Amino acid sequence: MRSDRYALPTEPADATTRRTFLKIAGSGLVLALAPLPLPSGADAAAASGRGFAPNPFLIIAPDDTVTVVVKHLDKGQGSATGLATLVAEELDARWEQVLTEFAPADATRYNNLLWGPMQGTGGSTAIANSFLQYRKAGATARAMLVAAAAKAWGVPAAEITVQQGRLAHVSGKSATLGEMASAAAEQSVPAEPALKQSKDFVHIGKRFQRVDSVAKTEGRPIFTLDVQQEGMVVAVVQRPPRFGGRVARVDAAAAKAIKGVVDVLTIPEGVAVLATSTWPALKARDALRIEWDESAAERRGTPELMTELSALLDRPGTVARKDGDAGKALAGAAKVIKADFEFPYLAHAPMEPLDVVIRFDGAKATLWLGSQIQTMDQAVAAAILGLRPEEVEVNTLWAGGSFGRRATFGSPFVAEAAHIARAYAKPVPIKVMWTREDDIRGGYYRPAYRHRIEVGLDGSGKIVAWRNRIAGQSIMTGTPMAPQMVKDGVDTTSVEGASTLPYAIPNLEVELATQTTGVPILWWRSVGSSHTAHATEHMLDIIARETGQDPVALRLSLLAKHPRHRRVLERAAQMAGWAEPSPDGIARGVAVHESFNSFVAQVAEVRLDGKGGFKVERVVCAVDCGIAVNPDNIAAQMEGGIGYGLGHALRDAITLKDGVVEQSNFHDYEPMRISDMPTIEVHIIASTEPPTGVGEPGVPPIAPAVANALLAATGVRTLALPFTRQRYAKG
Amino acid sequence: MTKSITVNGARREIAADGDTPLLWVLRDELRLTGSKFGCGMGLCGTCTIYLDGAPTRSCITSLADAAGKEITTIEGLKGKTADAVRQAWRELDVVQCGYCQSGQIMAATALLESKPEPTDADIDSAMEGNVCRCATYHRIRAGIHRAAEILGG
Repeated sequence: MRSDRYALPTEPADATTRRTFLKIAGSGLVLALAPLPLPSGADAAAASGRGFAPNPFLIIAPDDTVTVVVKHLDKGQGSATGLATLVAEELDARWEQVLTEFAPADATRYNNLLWGPMQGTGGSTAIANSFLQYRKAGATARAMLVAAAAKAWGVPAAEITVQQGRLAHVSGKSATLGEMASAAAEQSVPAEPALKQSKDFVHIGKRFQRVDSVAKTEGRPIFTLDVQQEGMVVAVVQRPPRFGGRVARVDAAAAKAIKGVVDVLTIPEGVAVLATSTWPALKARDALRIEWDESAAERRGTPELMTELSALLDRPGTVARKDGDAGKALAGAAKVIKADFEFPYLAHAPMEPLDVVIRFDGAKATLWLGSQIQTMDQAVAAAILGLRPEEVEVNTLWAGGSFGRRATFGSPFVAEAAHIARAYAKPVPIKVMWTREDDIRGGYYRPAYRHRIEVGLDGSGKIVAWRNRIAGQSIMTGTPMAPQMVKDGVDTTSVEGASTLPYAIPNLEVELATQTTGVPILWWRSVGSSHTAHATEHMLDIIARETGQDPVALRLSLLAKHPRHRRVLERAAQMAGWAEPSPDGIARGVAVHESFNSFVAQVAEVRLDGKGGFKVERVVCAVDCGIAVNPDNIAAQMEGGIGYGLGHALRDAITLKDGVVEQSNFHDYEPMRISDMPTIEVHIIASTEPPTGVGEPGVPPIAPAVANALLAATGVRTLALPFTRQRYAKG
Repeated sequence: MTKSITVNGARREIAADGDTPLLWVLRDELRLTGSKFGCGMGLCGTCTIYLDGAPTRSCITSLADAAGKEITTIEGLKGKTADAVRQAWRELDVVQCGYCQSGQIMAATALLESKPEPTDADIDSAMEGNVCRCATYHRIRAGIHRAAEILGG
């Protein structure tokens, strides 16, 4: 949005692109070789007297606590626990002495090494980019503690051991980390501290309690909505009913008459009501009378937008991948199977709707929020408030989910808060909160897409051609990431998973047609794979069924050059007892997909009720995400990814009528509930590869795995999501 | 004009309009922020408190309706059953983002108080109104069974 307003962090000319880097990182090359920016010398935290802080990632205090400074947002995916694990490992700390806190915004110290220069969380990169950085941070501190102990005890450093947070020498001398902290601060910082070999790991790969488990069972963690400060006001915003609408006229008389209301402000995003507490703000917003200027608003509805996407599929798109000549091979094929797929807009609907607390006194500003891209949120607020970025302090808080929603180019929800703060012009904290209706109707959806896949078979049923046309809106076009992510008119995020199809098919073509609408869109947990996995993996089962092949065997026959796909597929099939007939009334379906450099295969067991309905009862999941730093958290992310993917696939869609979103809350955008949840078994493949993503890769395979089970049982193809668009009965 | 409610055993005088949802009284007036806002329509259960001992959606319960009643929030949730639920939740690391978990724990504790050995069907029925967008349901179910085991042992 309005990128001219903002001074976004600029990319250096030679910036390694996120995607390229990830790709190489997945191969194990770059993570091992890349220079790790680890500023040396005492951090500001040490200067403030909190303890020994040899780098920006940890503080060892005299009270023997080790505070790990977490550069990533923790929105439930477990990044705080993960980064703490890495430090504890190399420091040889006791898990019980490790605390965490969120880092201040700083792209230099807290850069996401897979995106940078920018501090941010997303693309399932938190562990992948921090793996060596946080270990090295812990190892640095450990080496300095050992050096200090060697000096204090007059013994060689090599004779000192560190275990469970205690330094010891065979002579009987010993000290806690806290006791040695101030002496350690006097030691020189080693340039390249030795890191452990994986066989010596005592934290990585083991199960330790999440750092937030206790507090979160007592209602104690402070989320943005929980911030309460003296003099704080609460703001809610009435936004236009159609995307692109603007305020024409406001009658705020009735709103202002409500007790507790302190101001009503027109801002670029709509009309903000400020009150001394939440309820008067909400009541007053309902009392506003607003005339909207909708001259530039998007007035098309879902039927019109989907018809446009259909038309785009009827002509060649921009080529995203071309192996051989798919057109020629399709023309010469013995048989062509064609399927058109349809995917709706989806809202993220995190449990905690968007919210920001902002305080602006004319000279500086402070933000409190679950900030997913801290340095962008900072820069956006600074530009609106006429400040330099360093004059905006960002306090990252726990976030009640995100699934991508809190990371938006141009940080529009932070911009909105900054507009309110600028207009209100009082040095008091303002809590801007979104209701569930604001969230569901607020745009920034997973784009709607259509796919057309045409597959050519030769006389023996072998796949000789595959052409996949995709049509939908581009997430990256017009954003600062476009130079890296949009190549020759192809937004990588629109085609990923389809253009990277691993199957050995000699003539393979993937094309993209990009639609432009006024509906704001955004990445959504697993981004492109949230639709490409369903289209491609369901298509494969359609072919298997048409040619009488076993879905697992067919996939394995096409994956000779992809051992990591093969391994998870074979493992999931084995866990599911694929070779045995499924129990009575149960149908099985399989899918395998790579995303964020992790490989996931799932087998879904589905029970049909004979009346067109069904229940997913069990899912087995095999994942290869490299070295498993926190195995239990990886399992949790797979479980959650399966639930998130299944919940939306079952019945969710955002639809528009004449440009107005038709859904508004959990009664018509129905969340997955406990009765929908299958039992889940997760197996993690043992690996020595660098760790890769887990927050997103659990999502993509579940919809096609379920669709494939339903196909096997009923012959019904799931060509439109959600599943409620089909009726599953034997025809 | 003020209304009197009892929250976690303490009597509180509240100077807010009677139509104010109890959730905002607890959060804004009493600064008990463990009960969360998720939908405002009683659809997600993240605001669950006990009103005279019964799990209740505080987002659709008015201050006027709560007047004179005993309210328990996650901050005041105590006792053997609650302890067992919390212990089970920690053993299994049920939480992810944690935003819904106050409500989940209130609902799970109430279930175990009335049914010490719930079946999966009992759990689905009692917990159906508590949404978790992280989909920790798999572990919530396991957590309730584990808490039952702790209480039984």
